[in-house]
Amino acid sequence: MATGLQQTRGLILKLTISYRFDRFGITPYYKLTSIFYRHNGFVKVFREEYMEQSALGGMKVVEFCSRIGGAYCTKLMADMGAEVIKVEPPAKGDDARRRGPFQGDIPHPEKSGHFLFLNSNKLGITLNPSKPAGSEIFISLIKDADILVEDTPPGMLEKMGLGYETLHEINPGLIMTSITAFGRSGPYKDYKAAHLNISHVSGQGYLLPIPAPDINRPPVMPGGNKGGYDIGITALVAVLAAYYQKGISGKGQLLEISRQEALMGMQRIEAASFRNSNIKLDRSPELHRRRIGGVIACKDGYITLIFPQESQWVSLLKMMGNPEWSREPYCENSAAREEHAEKINEKIAAFMKDYTRREIVELGQSFSIPFSPVNTAKDIVESEQFNEVGFFKTITHPVMGEIKFPTAPYRFSKTPWSAKKAAPLLGEHNVEIYCGRLKYDKEDLIRLRQSDII
Amino acid sequence: MNNGPLHGLRITEFTSAWAGPYATCLLGFLGAEVIKVESQRRIDHSRLIAFTMAKVFSSFNKSSVFDSLNLNKKSVTLNLSKPGAVEIAKKLAAESDVVVENMRPGVMPRLGLGYEVLSEIKKDLIYLSSSACGQIGPDRQFIGYAPNFASIGGLSHDTGYPDWLPSNLMGFIDLKSATTAAYAILMALIHRQKSGEGQYVDLASQETVAILNSDMLLDYIMNDRVKERHGNRDEIMAPHNCYPCQGEDHWISIAVSSDEEWQSVCQAMYKPELAEDERFADMYNRWCNQEIMDEIIGQWTAEQEDYDVMETLQKVGVAAAPSLSSERLCTDPHLQEREAFRLVKHPVIGDNWVVAPPWRLSETPAAINRHSPLLGEHNDDVLNGLLGIPKAEIKKLEAEEVIF
Repeated sequence: MATGLQQTRGLILKLTISYRFDRFGITPYYKLTSIFYRHNGFVKVFREEYMEQSALGGMKVVEFCSRIGGAYCTKLMADMGAEVIKVEPPAKGDDARRRGPFQGDIPHPEKSGHFLFLNSNKLGITLNPSKPAGSEIFISLIKDADILVEDTPPGMLEKMGLGYETLHEINPGLIMTSITAFGRSGPYKDYKAAHLNISHVSGQGYLLPIPAPDINRPPVMPGGNKGGYDIGITALVAVLAAYYQKGISGKGQLLEISRQEALMGMQRIEAASFRNSNIKLDRSPELHRRRIGGVIACKDGYITLIFPQESQWVSLLKMMGNPEWSREPYCENSAAREEHAEKINEKIAAFMKDYTRREIVELGQSFSIPFSPVNTAKDIVESEQFNEVGFFKTITHPVMGEIKFPTAPYRFSKTPWSAKKAAPLLGEHNVEIYCGRLKYDKEDLIRLRQSDII
Repeated sequence: MNNGPLHGLRITEFTSAWAGPYATCLLGFLGAEVIKVESQRRIDHSRLIAFTMAKVFSSFNKSSVFDSLNLNKKSVTLNLSKPGAVEIAKKLAAESDVVVENMRPGVMPRLGLGYEVLSEIKKDLIYLSSSACGQIGPDRQFIGYAPNFASIGGLSHDTGYPDWLPSNLMGFIDLKSATTAAYAILMALIHRQKSGEGQYVDLASQETVAILNSDMLLDYIMNDRVKERHGNRDEIMAPHNCYPCQGEDHWISIAVSSDEEWQSVCQAMYKPELAEDERFADMYNRWCNQEIMDEIIGQWTAEQEDYDVMETLQKVGVAAAPSLSSERLCTDPHLQEREAFRLVKHPVIGDNWVVAPPWRLSETPAAINRHSPLLGEHNDDVLNGLLGIPKAEIKKLEAEEVIF
């Protein structure tokens, strides 16, 4: 069981999974972190003194982004305790609110699972900084921020009077992170790029799918919008390193991230393969027919099998009962096997066709061979492993209600992942930030609203 | 000398392959000193083979792949099957801020180098374990490489054509895991900077892939839907595909995000009749009729060079860019001007081109200062210089294959 919330007699207990390290290895245990109760349909905090400390508590971040990369970068900080203020355009809000999946398949700005995932634990305000009163407010937000993450095209913030030089003068400790399609210099700097284009111009798409049935069909991007997340995590490494440095020197700086270079960085071996080794990598079926293993069909779907080490080949044969064919000359050594990979793959497939994914994976792994199932979303959501480690937790959203939610791919022993709040409703924290913090009064707020500034 | 933002931090790593080494390589670009503990007895196999390229290297110091993933590091050879080597590894941990390992769960504790032991020696140590499935759960002993993480994490299933197999994904999968490990370590370092407290981080490579699939996971959670592979298609935008161009296997990717942009595409193609065509009048109609549209656009692009199509369409505000092979990435004028590839001089390999660090920091720049270490290159430097083991003792330990 890894459910985050347990309900007992109308009280909701929030439990956090932690680990104990001892001579027997690692033991998971639950800690009570807070108690909530329901009142008129709302969940209220009863007691929160058990709260764990957070890794990034005290860090202040402003996010002005419309793409996945920037939003994911700041979400990861918010999930670990940073205060993230997300600035959305008034009225229409972030584009992510218009992307599915939507709860119940009903498009609604507060029901997008895509937005929900990208914005957990953030505060949300609406603001249009392209108007003078808006840019003034933006500056007052930046005054005591540690980090700004923005993904506007080069020159746009400068036009609003919000360029790095201005912001740096106002707040020398500011770490301004600028994520653009092609960087802030070079011949393509003003070019537009959707995620599709970045996937291809970074070298990632050209090699997909692997293997392709036919080289004359177009190369494809990785499924979903996953490269967008890769850009976010790449940026985060530099952001956190600069923040660590700020903890020593007190100084801020400008970080520049090109989406093209971020994805090319994740292809660093393939990207340099031609220049270094004259190896022309492509997605051609010929290349992959010469490789043993890969994606192979079994009884209820596909599995992936890879065995780079000789010992794993020997184990594979043992697993299959040392079949007659494995004593043929074409199995003699790895070079011969490479030559006849297609033939060998057929033999392996014939062996596997009567097994389910789980059966063959358990059998293979018991021989220390890296077998794995090709999972769909359903398989992951229902996976015993993913559920047991606490990869999913239940969070509560004011419109969507309780929802099973993917947390993080790691467990910190002392500062665990936690969902303090779901993604913000559009403008949810306007009053808190504008009136509570920036000291505008309620009448100001109305006027700002009427002039489409917030 | 690297004056990056992590200057002054020391990391000791017990990692091999791609995911572990590149995590600390990223931190090394940013100025951290990284000491790699390895041994001929348990060699980092990227020194010998590059599975992605089906390439085998003839000696420990000839791998361009190892070089690219281990830049700026120092190498110490400790044969951890010998108790003397374990003792030296402990001394190294005592001098380190961070320890990173990616052995099979349970191996480090068995060697006497688990978190429990090392955090006794160095109270505020940050210790990250990177493994296929994590340190707990029913599958924790399962082993895996990049293609396994991709298939377990759901990325294989949804990459490719709807009428073809799931994809067998490799290299960049490991580097996702590596980048995740790098920022997780930094989160722990920031916590330590505030509180003085170290901690243990259990990272699961298969989850670093699965988490990026959250849209699909939530679609199943909320709507019981399992998405299938969809090539280059988007859920909203159309046209949204790659189109053939002049040259062998040259393609241009085009993404149209508004009615205005579609009008511009029609003008650029000199096909005003399409701008009036009701089948393509709005995003919904374009999405429903995208196959017809793809064919028309494909006929137009097939006559041209991909870079020319990019320029024509970008001029009228439409997102278009070629699908680049490794051969063409290194001649791309934009990447050249931005110095996205750097030349590393390696004493055995000679010239090795690597991709530059993926960020520009204005005050504390990331840098590549040196080639990857030769096996054991820094034994004297680290064991004598840092740990104070006398040189004669080092010689003796070498003879006993403790240092090996």
